[in-house]
Amino acid sequence: MALIETQDLTRRYELGGEIVMALDGVSITVETGEFVAVMGPSGSGKSTFMNIIGCLDRPSSGRYALAGEEVSSLSKDALAGVRNRRIGFVFQQFNLLDRVDALGNVELPMVYAGADRAGRREKAIAKLKRVGLGERIHHRPTQLSGGQQQRVAIARALVNDPVLLLADEPTGALDSRTSLAIMKLFQELHREGTTVMVVTHEPDIADFADRVVRFLDGKVVSDTRQTARDAAQALADAEAASAAQDAKDAAARAALHKKEAAE
Amino acid sequence: MSLMEAFRSALEALRAHKLRSALTMLGIVIGVAAVIAMIAVGGGAREQVAAQIRTLGANLIMLTPGNITAGGVRLGAGQASSLTSDDAGAILADVPAVQAAAPIIRSNQQVVAGANNWATQIVGVDLGWFEAREWDVAQGRLFTPEEVSRGALVVILGETVATNLFGEQSPLGQQVRIKNVPFEVVGVAARKGQSALGQDQDDTAFAPLPTVRQRVAGANRANARSVGSIMVKVREGEDMANALEDVRALLRQRHRLQPDQDDDFGIRNLAEMAAVREASASTLASLLAAVAALSLAVGGIGIMNIMLVSVTERTREIGLRLAVGARPRDVLRQFLIEAATLSAIGGAIGVALGLGAAQIVALKAGWPLLVEPAGVALSVIFSAFVGVFFGWYPARRAANLDPVEALRAT
Repeated sequence: MALIETQDLTRRYELGGEIVMALDGVSITVETGEFVAVMGPSGSGKSTFMNIIGCLDRPSSGRYALAGEEVSSLSKDALAGVRNRRIGFVFQQFNLLDRVDALGNVELPMVYAGADRAGRREKAIAKLKRVGLGERIHHRPTQLSGGQQQRVAIARALVNDPVLLLADEPTGALDSRTSLAIMKLFQELHREGTTVMVVTHEPDIADFADRVVRFLDGKVVSDTRQTARDAAQALADAEAASAAQDAKDAAARAALHKKEAAE
Repeated sequence: MSLMEAFRSALEALRAHKLRSALTMLGIVIGVAAVIAMIAVGGGAREQVAAQIRTLGANLIMLTPGNITAGGVRLGAGQASSLTSDDAGAILADVPAVQAAAPIIRSNQQVVAGANNWATQIVGVDLGWFEAREWDVAQGRLFTPEEVSRGALVVILGETVATNLFGEQSPLGQQVRIKNVPFEVVGVAARKGQSALGQDQDDTAFAPLPTVRQRVAGANRANARSVGSIMVKVREGEDMANALEDVRALLRQRHRLQPDQDDDFGIRNLAEMAAVREASASTLASLLAAVAALSLAVGGIGIMNIMLVSVTERTREIGLRLAVGARPRDVLRQFLIEAATLSAIGGAIGVALGLGAAQIVALKAGWPLLVEPAGVALSVIFSAFVGVFFGWYPARRAANLDPVEALRAT
């Protein structure tokens, strides 16, 4: 059974009296365990697609089944339940609550799931350890770097063991090395069996997926499978390059000092 | 999300904006403090009036002689000598609703004790007076019936008179002279304090009615049995208006007045006067409380204002909460609880502040501090209700946000 199955999804908006077709007949199937990158320029409908896949929005017409459950006609409350239990969101701007620590942020989805305090704490700590932040569970978002904040957000997305991890431009606010580290984490999670869907407009990021779906004008224009680039390797290369650069810089500095000393 | 959870989350959110939360709370604090203080002050004032009325004695009818016209000059009420001791006796005997009828003669005299003297009102009374006014002695004893009927030279001093003549010494058994007649002090009357009209009720001295009539006030030539006034006490539970009409009818019959003739006496229900004063005190109290309640409403509007700002500012947070599985009603509850928490904490501080203010006012004004627990409970509940009421609209707005739009907000 497919994890995501859509049929003729459309989404219309009214914008200043004009009808805009943000999605225009999208039929797509994603199996459990895939790593899909959704690409397209802004206005192509990829964000609208992601909102509907994430049950944040409902299609104007068409069908969408998530893990066999028809969700396109569910009520607001029922959709909230689906988001809570089945989907983990990662956003470009992290969307962490500044006034609570990392642990509190990760616990949030479980709070809405009605989990008890002790269980919540244990699970949140486990997920924070999984994303490499076991030492910083009591740091507030303002005390964390961008990459660390995004890791907290990923831990939060994973905490209710969702069937789908949905990331909207997850590296859009990060530098290139931190982006590689985050993509490495996604690839690891994918290898552990999580279905990952990343929306991005950066081809470099899409390279790390097994499958790339391209949107244009509300339609799917291409859907290709590829051999994913290994993010761990890319990160190691980048670090090696940067170490080499650092060594070069150090040598140059040393030479400069020597010259100054000689003078 | 459990209620405790929601409450903790609300506290976190309020702590995130301490100054703003404190200022918003201030509106409620002032409102509740004002309500509490005004209820207490109004209640104290009313209690004071009621206490004054109690010192007068309940269910009293005052009878005064009518006016007289002498050679075209109309003298004021009370100048005629139309009331007599016998009238008082008849009222007590013939009107079943009457518990006591006390004939009184008043005379302002200088009271002398050794080197001290003091001008006061000497009231000639019989034992019915003490029953009617619910007045007893603090020291010594009341007159005996025999002393009253024989016109003995005995006197009961009011507290003010006793203090002025004898200071710290006990006046019991001492002699005082009134109009050069020696009287023995047999008692000191219990303290009554100020009357409803502000007179010192303890600045007085009592002597048996015949004594005052013959030795102090000077006998009335027209009628040897006449008295200055008669105070009638109606039994508890009897209808005052009916009793008053019965007394009037009896007196008219006794005075042989024809139906077309006016009363030759004045008759007044003292309770009515008291009721008017008490009513005006109550009105004042309600007015104060109403004004205070208005300020509480203004505080509520402050809460609404800040909650609206908060919802706008935290649109992304709301979007996130919706994304991770909050239902609209969870968001609604979160903001309602924040508003209610603000106003409930403000209300609690306001109660403390209001009680303090009431205490100060009570001390300064010498009133009893009268805080009804019901009033306190009511204003705390009301302030929480204010929070929920004024928090409803902003919370509703938050709950109805579209998750996609909310997440896109900056």
